Amino acid sequence: MKKTFCLGGVHPNDNKISKNAAIEVFPPIETAYISMAQHLGAPAEPVVAVGDKVKVGTVIGKPTGFISGYVHSSVSGTVKAIEPRADIAGNLVMHVVIAVEGDEWCEEIDRSRDIVRECNLTSEEILSKIQNAGVVGLGGASFPTHVKLNPPKDKKAVALILNGTECEPFITSDDRIMRERPVEILIGAEIMMKVLNVDKAYVGIEENKPEAIASMSAAAKDFKGIEVVTLKKKYPQGGEKQLIDAVIGRQVPSGKLPIDVGAVVQNVATSLSIYEAVQKNKPVIDNSVTVSGHCMDVQHNYLVRVGTPVSKILEVAGGIPKDAAKIVSGGPMMGKAIANLDAATVKANGSILILSEEETVRKPESNCIRCGKCASACPMGLEPWLLNKLARVGGRYDDLEKERIFDCIECGCCLYTCPANIPLLDLIRINKAEVMKIIRGRAAKK
Amino acid sequence: MKKFIVSPAPHVHSDRTTRSLMGDVLIALAPSLLVSIYFFGFSAVKLVAIGVIACCLVEYLIQKYVMKVKPTIDDLSAAVTGCLLALNLPPNSPWWLVLVGSIFAIGVVKMSFGGLGQNIFNPAIAGRVFLLVSFPALMTDWTIPASWFDSVNASVDGVAAATPLAVAKEAIANGTPLSEVAAYSGLTWKQMFFFKVGGSAGEVSALALILGFLYLVIRRVIKPTIPVVIIATIAIMSGIFSAINPELYTGPLFNICTGGVLLGSIFMATDYVTSPMTTKGQIIFAFGIGVITVLIRYFGAYPEGVSFAILIMNCTVPLINKYCKPRRFGEVK
Amino acid sequence: MTGTILFTIACLVALGLLFSVVLYFVAQKFKVEEDPRIGIVESIMPGANCGGCGHAGCHAFAESVVKAPSMEGFFCPVGGNATMSKVAQALGRAVEEKEPMVAVVRCHGTFDNRERTNHYDGYASCKVMAALYTGDTGCKYGCLGKGDCVDACNFDAIHIDQRRGIAEVDESKCVACGACAKACPKGVIELRPKGFKGRRVYVSCINKDKGAVTRKACAVGCIGCGKCVKECQFDAIHVENNVAYIDFTKCKMCRKCFDACPTKAIWAVNFPPRPAAPAVSPAPAPAPAVEKPAEAPKSE
Repeated sequence: MKKTFCLGGVHPNDNKISKNAAIEVFPPIETAYISMAQHLGAPAEPVVAVGDKVKVGTVIGKPTGFISGYVHSSVSGTVKAIEPRADIAGNLVMHVVIAVEGDEWCEEIDRSRDIVRECNLTSEEILSKIQNAGVVGLGGASFPTHVKLNPPKDKKAVALILNGTECEPFITSDDRIMRERPVEILIGAEIMMKVLNVDKAYVGIEENKPEAIASMSAAAKDFKGIEVVTLKKKYPQGGEKQLIDAVIGRQVPSGKLPIDVGAVVQNVATSLSIYEAVQKNKPVIDNSVTVSGHCMDVQHNYLVRVGTPVSKILEVAGGIPKDAAKIVSGGPMMGKAIANLDAATVKANGSILILSEEETVRKPESNCIRCGKCASACPMGLEPWLLNKLARVGGRYDDLEKERIFDCIECGCCLYTCPANIPLLDLIRINKAEVMKIIRGRAAKK
Repeated sequence: MKKFIVSPAPHVHSDRTTRSLMGDVLIALAPSLLVSIYFFGFSAVKLVAIGVIACCLVEYLIQKYVMKVKPTIDDLSAAVTGCLLALNLPPNSPWWLVLVGSIFAIGVVKMSFGGLGQNIFNPAIAGRVFLLVSFPALMTDWTIPASWFDSVNASVDGVAAATPLAVAKEAIANGTPLSEVAAYSGLTWKQMFFFKVGGSAGEVSALALILGFLYLVIRRVIKPTIPVVIIATIAIMSGIFSAINPELYTGPLFNICTGGVLLGSIFMATDYVTSPMTTKGQIIFAFGIGVITVLIRYFGAYPEGVSFAILIMNCTVPLINKYCKPRRFGEVK
Repeated sequence: MTGTILFTIACLVALGLLFSVVLYFVAQKFKVEEDPRIGIVESIMPGANCGGCGHAGCHAFAESVVKAPSMEGFFCPVGGNATMSKVAQALGRAVEEKEPMVAVVRCHGTFDNRERTNHYDGYASCKVMAALYTGDTGCKYGCLGKGDCVDACNFDAIHIDQRRGIAEVDESKCVACGACAKACPKGVIELRPKGFKGRRVYVSCINKDKGAVTRKACAVGCIGCGKCVKECQFDAIHVENNVAYIDFTKCKMCRKCFDACPTKAIWAVNFPPRPAAPAVSPAPAPAPAVEKPAEAPKSE
C-alpha cells in the first residue's frame, strides 16, 4: 500500500503534459527586473545605485530583518533604474532594473556541471553560505531557507523530508530536475542533514512520476540514510503538514510547526539551490519554470533567470495562444492569476500556466446542497461549508476561530470539489486573515 | 490587448455539479423504474411522469412568481423528488394523488424553507407521509405484481391486496402465530430479493435497488455509510427480536426487503440536504432510523415505519451536525 | 362532561396563578437596576442600531452618553443635530451643533472613464478582490465596484450602478454613519460636510500614481499637476503623493479649482448653473451639477 496523508484530498486530473520537455536554458534577455521582495518577510534593501556595473551573482539587495534575504543580480550589465514596479498582482514592489550587457559571472561561482560531493564546512559556515546565496523555499512560500534550517535550540529535528511530490497539476519542473540532476539534489539533502544533525532523510515522490522515482532511487543508493518514498497521487500531498503525515506518519498539531514533530521539509528545487550555493558558490539567480497549457502547441521547461518578464517567457514559448483565458503563476490549485504580464519572475516562480476559458471559468454559484463534499475533501478536517456560512453572516470571528479557520492551508480542495460552485475559499481566505490578526493582537497584548 | 481573467485560486474545478449529482440519482433509479414498468406497465410510467412534471412545474412557478428568482429546475433536484415520490406510492394510485403529493413536497416541504438545500425534511418522504395520513385507504391499496416469476396470483392487471408487512401486522394483532400466515412464512428469499408481493411502485425488486445503490457508490455520489448502517441496525434488531419469539416478531430478511427499507435507506435517507455531513454523524443518523423503523414495526400502529423514521431523524440533523465534527488534522485523540 | 371542563379550567387557572407568583418573585429577585435616563435617551435615538456613532447600537450609545460627564465626543450621525439637542435637553446638558456630513465616493472611474484591463472572476466582494490584486483596471486605488459598501449600508443609500461600475451615494438617504467608508478596502469613501444646500467641491480621485500612469489608466484621474493648488486663494488644496486633496475646513467653494482642473477630477456638485454673473444668488431647489464633466453622479 502506497503511503498518503490521512484526511481529505482531491484527485484533479494531473495534466502532466510537459513531463517530457527537458529543461532548456532560456535565451538571454535584454533587461532584467529584479524584485526586492522575493522571499517571505521584509523586502530586501537595494545596495546598488543607478549606473553601477553588476555581474551575475553580484549582491544587489541586502536583508532588512531576521526573516528576509539577499537578492543577487541574475544578469551582468548596468543598473538602469531602482524603482517601484508592479508585481504579477499589480502591487508596487521595489525593483532593480538592469540593462543586460554580455554574460559575465562573478569569479567565485563555479559554472561547471562537475559534481562536487565532498563538503568539509561546519554547520555555521554552511548556513551562512545558504543565507548569503539568498536561498528561499522554492515550493511556493519562499520562506528563507537558512531560518528553516536553523530551528530553535530546544527543538530537535529527527528527519529531513524532501518534497518531490509536485502534486499540483501541470507543473513538471521538479519532476524534470529530479530526472536530470538527482545526484545534486541528494548532495543538497546530505548538506542539510549535516546542518540539522539528522541521519535520516526521505524523498517523497508521487506515483505519477515513475521516471523521477527511478532516477532518484538509483542515485540514492550511494547516499546513506536517504530513502525515496513513493506516495499515492493525491492533492495536496505537497502541503508541508500533509507530506509529513504521508511520509513519517506524524501529524503536526494545530498551531505548531513541523519541527515540533521533528520534521523539516524542503522542496527538491530548494535542495538543488542549496547544493549550488554551498558547493558551487552560486546564488539563486535562476530556476526552472514550466510553461504549459492545453492550448499551447509546445510544452516547455525553461531554466529562467530571475527577473525575466512573464511576457518575454510567453513570447519565447510560442506566444500567447488564441484561446488563452487565464495565465497563472504556480499551479492551478494554489497559483496566482497574473494580472500584469509585464511583471518579472521571482525565485519561487515554478511555472506559468495558460488555461483556456473552458478549463478555468467559474460556473455560476447555486444553493449549498449540504452534500458535505467540502468537509470530506478538506485535508485539515475543517468544515468549509460552515466557515463559509459564518463568514457570510459577517463579523463572527470568535465562532470562526472556534471552528479553527486558522488551520486552513488554502489548498483549494473545498472550492475545487463543491458541486454548487460556492466560492468557499474566497471567503475563508479573507476571514482567516482577519482571525489571524485578532489572534496575533491577543498574543501581542499578553 | 487581450483581457485575461483574474480570480483567486483554485483555477480549475471538478466537473461535478449539483446537476450531475442529481442526474446520477435519476440514473440509479432507472433499474427500479424499469422493473416497476415491467410489472405495472403504463400506470408506473404515468405516476413517474406526473410526479416529475408536477414537481418541476411547482418549483418553477414558485421560484418565478413567488420568490422572484431565476428558476433552477435544471439542477434536476425537483425531478429527483418527483421520481422518488412517484416510486413511493402504490402503483395503482390515481393521478391526482401524485399531483397533491408533489405540490406538498415541493411547495410546502422544500420551497417554503427557501428551496434547495434549505429544507429540513426530505421532500419526497414528507410528501409520501402527507399522503399516507391524508388518504390512508388509497395509500394502502397495493397491487400484487403480475409476473412471469410468480405463478400463484398471476393476472395481467394485478390483484389488490395488503402488503406482507400489513398482513403480518394484522396477524400479530389478532394473535395468529406468524408461521400460520401464508403471506409471511410462504415468502421465499428469492421472492423477496427479486420482486415481491405488494409494495410501492419503486420497491418491487430489491435487486434493482441494490444495483442503483452500487451505481451511486461507484460514482461517489453517496458514501455507503447510511444505507449499510440502517440495514445492519434493522437486521440485528429484528434478528434479536425474532430469535426471542419468531411467532411474534418478523425476521430480519423480511424486514429489510419489505416496506421500503431499501428504497428509503438508499435514496431518501442519503439525501444530502437532510442527512448529516460527517461519517460519525451519518452513523448516528442511520442507527436512529434503523431503531425507530423496527420499533414502529413491532410496537407502533403502522405496518411500515421507514418514512416516519427518516422524518424523525431529519429533525435531528442540525443537532448532529453541530456535535459531530470531522476529525481535525493533528488532533490528539 | 361539565365536571371535566370545570376541572380543566380550574387546573389551568391554578397553574396560571402559581406561575405568575413565581415569575413575580423571580423578577423581583433578578431585577437589573438601570439608570432610567438610559431608556429616555434610547427612546430619542433613531433606533437604527447602525453603529455609525462608534457604539454597538443605540442602547450602548445611550448608556455611554448617560454615564459620560458631557456631550463631547458623542454624535449620532443618523439623527443629526436634532436628535443630539433632544438628548442634551433630556440630560440637561449643552451641545454644540455639528455640521451634517455625507459620504463621498472619491472615484469616478466608470467603465467609460477607466478601461478594464482584465476580467475578475471570483466572489463578488471588494475585500476578496483587493486581497487578491490591485483591481481590474490600470488604476490601483479606485473603486472596485463589487459593492462591499452596499452590503455595509443600513440605509439603502449607496449603490453600484451596473452600467457604470462604481459606487454612488444617494445623498437624500445617506446619514453619514461611515459604515461604507469602513467597509471599503480601498479607502475610496470619505465623510465630508454636506455643505450649504448640499454644495461640495472635492477631488474625486485618490490615485497616487504619477501623472502619466494615472492618465493612462483613467480619463478623470487626478494627475497631481498642481494647477488647482495655484488657483486656490485659501490654501485649501494640497498635492501629496501625486494626488490633490481639498481641505473642507478651508474651502470657500469658489470653484476656481474646478475650472482649472485639466482632467475634471475636481467635482463641484449641487451648484446652480452658473450664469454670467458670478454672484452667489440663492438658488431655487437643488440644481444639477455645473457643466457635467463626462457624466454627473446620478443622485446629485
